[in-house]
Amino acid sequence: MTGIVDPTITNLIVFVLAIFVGYHVIWNVTPALHTPLMSVTNAISSVIIVGAILAAGPAEIDLGSIMGALAVGLAAINVAGGFLVTQRMLEMFRKKAPKSAPDAKHGA
Amino acid sequence: MTANLVALWYLVASVCFILALKGLSHPETARRGNAFGIAGMTIAVLTTLAVVAQGRIDLILLAMLIGGAIGAYVSRKVEMTQMPELVAAMHSLVGLAAVLIAVAVVNNPAAFGMTPPMPAGNRLELFIGTFVGAITFSGSIIAFGKLAGLGKKFRLFSSAPVVFPAQHLLNLVLALVMVGFGCMFFLSQDQAWMPFLIMMAIAFVLGVLIIIPIGGADMPVVISMLNSYSGWAAAGIGFSLNNTMLIIAGSLVGSSGAILSYIMCKAMNRSFFSVILGGFGAAEGAAAQGAGEKPVKSGSADDAAFMMANAESVIIVPGYGLAVARAQHAVKEMAAKLTAKGVSVRYAIHPVAGRMPGHMNVLLAEAEVPYDQVFEMEDINSEFGNTDVVLVLGANDVVNPLAHEKGSPIYGMPILDVHKARTVLVNKRSMASGYAGLDNPLFYMDRTMMVFGDAKKVIEDIVKAIE
Repeated sequence: MTGIVDPTITNLIVFVLAIFVGYHVIWNVTPALHTPLMSVTNAISSVIIVGAILAAGPAEIDLGSIMGALAVGLAAINVAGGFLVTQRMLEMFRKKAPKSAPDAKHGA
Repeated sequence: MTANLVALWYLVASVCFILALKGLSHPETARRGNAFGIAGMTIAVLTTLAVVAQGRIDLILLAMLIGGAIGAYVSRKVEMTQMPELVAAMHSLVGLAAVLIAVAVVNNPAAFGMTPPMPAGNRLELFIGTFVGAITFSGSIIAFGKLAGLGKKFRLFSSAPVVFPAQHLLNLVLALVMVGFGCMFFLSQDQAWMPFLIMMAIAFVLGVLIIIPIGGADMPVVISMLNSYSGWAAAGIGFSLNNTMLIIAGSLVGSSGAILSYIMCKAMNRSFFSVILGGFGAAEGAAAQGAGEKPVKSGSADDAAFMMANAESVIIVPGYGLAVARAQHAVKEMAAKLTAKGVSVRYAIHPVAGRMPGHMNVLLAEAEVPYDQVFEMEDINSEFGNTDVVLVLGANDVVNPLAHEKGSPIYGMPILDVHKARTVLVNKRSMASGYAGLDNPLFYMDRTMMVFGDAKKVIEDIVKAIE
């Protein structure tokens, strides 16, 4: 029982604990906000951009760094798109005075 | 920056992501939550940029700029009725990014701090991350096509289930072959491009095959499931790169999607596997044929307007038909007119109304309906008994009282008890049965009046008639 714990084991510990945290946090999300939940988790999962940046990092350009740069671009679409569209939706979920303007915007 | 410092910054970012999800527990705190999410992402990206500061930062920034601009543009332009498509498209991007990163890892493990040849443990994790990512990508493309209504042009995207003989057997065989090549990749000592690429190709095909047999109304489950997969793909890549940030964020998203899938399945009273294995059975569809020509009462928009204007309480039940007709603004206008006449107006939302979790809530919010007038099924179901008028807009299976009858195919599915109301108005385009292929006794009740026509047109006529 001596020595350093293998990184894979540490990762596994982090993984299991994170699932528990996720489980408990998500059950508290109000059903009305399930669509924003999906878009924000989408933005969060595009933290995969971290891996993409590492892949695109090396100084000399090869197959790997081109793939990495492509992945950075794809993930960046999600980061920006995910958070901004969530923001846009959440702006709509505001409490309004009961007598809000009846001339609801048309179009859309 | 030392590895320890990087790990600590990743910890800060992870906490931000947890707070982002926590904020969504209430509409009041949700915007702050989103801000936490943005902060977490900024920290994660800046920290990683500092790690590769010696490398091709220019290339990375260019890619981020282009991607970010596209994302910002899309998020502005997209209509709220198109949210399911957008979310499906975004899942596919996460999946594809995971695959591309995996290719980069196989190409040059040294760039990620591994001594080539890649250690076996990392290979296993990379294999899992890659196939989950590939399935997420191609599956989400199919889901996107189905949701965007591309089925008319390409049969693959048909919103009706696409089925063929021995489909499940084919999927099983392909999955086994894929795992076989994965093991080959895992056990080999060199770079092993061949098994890796074949495994990846099969995963792409599997993603398509898994999603095509799933029909339109099951989309809330599918889209939640793909949401979950995109998280697991990120976590898998995180394992192979020994990156705790990716593992934590991926697990949060993975468990979020899994919980949503569970909630959606429960709301349809179907097991996860029955959804994944494709459409409702054909035998059940036959039951609707026997219904024959029962008399229905139908009325005009004027009649509906008269009934609602003279009621004390009205509950509006929106369904997918509302989204298709984009009638949310008209509905809000009608509710405002009724409220001005002293009628109490509330909305009742079934968990699987629409094509994704929470779809109806977002549409009503867009039309500026205050969220405290919008109620979830369990909160309002006991109220239908003392409600004067219920207006059902383009919903069918979720208000089908057959769900309370033993022996019916949807027995046990939780429904909105609209049949208990004093008067039920149902707006539909035709008498066609719902997704489950079942006849709906609600339509033949004495207290029910059908108002046929496009939801938006009908509501606008009602608004004109309420004077």
